[in-house]
Amino acid sequence: MRTVFLRSWKVRIGLAVLVFFLLLAVFGPWLTHSVFGLDPRANDTSAISQSPGDGHPLGTNQYGQDMLAQVVAGARGSMYVGVLGAVVGTAIAILVGVPAGFYGGKVDTALNFVTNLFLVMPTLPLVMIVAGYLQGTGLTTIALIIGFFGWSGGARTLRAQAMSIANRDFVRAMRMLGERGRRLVFAEVLPHLTGLIASMFLHAMIGAVMAEAGLAFLGISDSSSISWGTMIQGAQQQSAVLRGLWWWFVPPGLCIALIGTAAALVNFGIDELANPKLRAARPATVRRTKQLARTGGAA
Amino acid sequence: MSKPAIETGSTDNASTDTASADSTSTATRRARTAKDPKNPKAAKDRHPEEPAHTPEYVLEARDVSKHFTVRGALGRTTVVHAVEDATVRLKPGQILALVGESGSGKTTLARMLARFHEPTSGEIVLRGEAVSRSGRARRGYHSEVQLIFQDPFGSLNPMHRVRYNLDRALRLHHRHLTAAEREERTTQLLERVSLTPAAEFAAKFPHELSGGQRQRVVIARALAVEPKVLLGDEPISMLDVSIRLEMLNLLQRLRTEDGLALLYITHDIASARYLCDDIAVMYAGQMVESGPKEAVIASPQHPYTKLLIESSPDPERGVGDREAFFAGADELGEPPSLIDPPTGCRFHPRCPFAMKECGEQAPPRAELGDGHWAKCWLHARGRAGELADTTHAAATAARREALQGAS
Repeated sequence: MRTVFLRSWKVRIGLAVLVFFLLLAVFGPWLTHSVFGLDPRANDTSAISQSPGDGHPLGTNQYGQDMLAQVVAGARGSMYVGVLGAVVGTAIAILVGVPAGFYGGKVDTALNFVTNLFLVMPTLPLVMIVAGYLQGTGLTTIALIIGFFGWSGGARTLRAQAMSIANRDFVRAMRMLGERGRRLVFAEVLPHLTGLIASMFLHAMIGAVMAEAGLAFLGISDSSSISWGTMIQGAQQQSAVLRGLWWWFVPPGLCIALIGTAAALVNFGIDELANPKLRAARPATVRRTKQLARTGGAA
Repeated sequence: MSKPAIETGSTDNASTDTASADSTSTATRRARTAKDPKNPKAAKDRHPEEPAHTPEYVLEARDVSKHFTVRGALGRTTVVHAVEDATVRLKPGQILALVGESGSGKTTLARMLARFHEPTSGEIVLRGEAVSRSGRARRGYHSEVQLIFQDPFGSLNPMHRVRYNLDRALRLHHRHLTAAEREERTTQLLERVSLTPAAEFAAKFPHELSGGQRQRVVIARALAVEPKVLLGDEPISMLDVSIRLEMLNLLQRLRTEDGLALLYITHDIASARYLCDDIAVMYAGQMVESGPKEAVIASPQHPYTKLLIESSPDPERGVGDREAFFAGADELGEPPSLIDPPTGCRFHPRCPFAMKECGEQAPPRAELGDGHWAKCWLHARGRAGELADTTHAAATAARREALQGAS
């Protein structure tokens, strides 16, 4: 099963990119500091708005801060928000969606009501209000807010799946055997949802990275922390586009796009694993089939 | 009649006591429960009331009915009368076949006995005690009664190995067993259902097994509980023909070796004849005839039973005969709607012997001796002899001619 998963080129590329960014987030800041001697916050007054080149591989911004160091430090900030937001969102989705689908009845009515409420609530204005209300928002708070407001869609999907699994014979059989509710949910139903949950998690991660960038762009973030979002926001505030300082906003934007693409590629693989009908024919199979058709035609 | 509190007492004892595996006869357990100081009501109530009754039947459904309420798209509610006043009784070591066409309520009855559905009316009686609806009683109930599902491809979780299934059953019902003892018991169970080498099968996932092997795992899982009653909901209908006989022999062996009572639900008269002692026939949610298998199959006393038996394939019938026999197949009619069942006898719209009273009043139960009974007006009107003299097809043809002659 594992090897089948890794056989797809989409998954391999996606995983490679994701792992690269994860490593960058974990070790990158230390690396830039000790190897290049770059500090993302230091102002190099001798090099203001310098294009990529000597001493500053990705140039500097208008305050003379090194862009490479900022992108690397931003990877840590963005990935942190992405992972934490996704963990919170997915966990709430599981805790709300699966019991709702499994138990049905009143539990479902109550939980589904909450889900629907969160589904129709205008998330962005709410996030802005909450973020504005919680003065001095750090990245953790932002991540928690994103997770807390972004679980409803996933909960609906999980509810539907859990509902169909709860009515399968093997759940009935285990219940007849005397298995209790919680164990039924976690040992019988949840394993069938792992593919879905994994893909939901990746989806939530892209969502959280983008949401953080979006919030930072709108000015809702901790201005002292560095993330790709705050970088883009800084570029926007200083009209980097008009002034042609592309190295200020292209690298973080590209990183966000890359992470999104990578997560989507891995998701394809997970989908294929969870739903064999989507699985594309492997080249070997295609070749064999063609060969057979040819010999069959000749005979 | 309802004594809900008693159930938990007796079965809790049962689930802890079955460990000794060999000495769990009904009598000893009952004696123990009766002496149980926490349960004085059990001791007091049981003996004066129906003293002969308790030992005789292990599981009964007394006049159970199940109505399902269906909500239509426009908010209209309709009631489906899936099972109506059905009575089933199982003695230890007895195999009762429940036959009938699709939609006749066989499975619903089995699911009521397995307590997936609560009966709308009537009661389920285990060892002479009406079972209560509480969750705790349910677990106790399921340590004595287990259901084998129709579809072995659906009743095993594809995510779990065979070992997990058996281990969970043992863990839930025999709490005091150590891991090593459970492992040993697992091996025994797999050998019991002829899945050898047991160690190899225990490590397999359901998708690595064939349908017959899966069904054996399902049976082994049910047996791990050490039940007294097995409910087989068409346990062989999804299996390949070549392994059906093996499964029937396995069930037969369980009965003779363990004294298991078995309710065998099927629409295959041949397998019912092979396996069971008694046959009960259901039509449109009602029991229409019941009795010892030879009596029911050789001389059916209800027109529907006759139709059912005559329409099962018989290799001795010649090809020409067969064509003549099924010439009237189009006229046999359709199973009735259970939402709006026919009045009187539910079979009367399809019955070639139907009389005026058949459409007006439900027929009385006619006792025919030796536990054989049928619910048909022919017996009350002294026309029972007509059934034996003709075949269903011939009777249908005769009736058609009579009707045409009259008009």
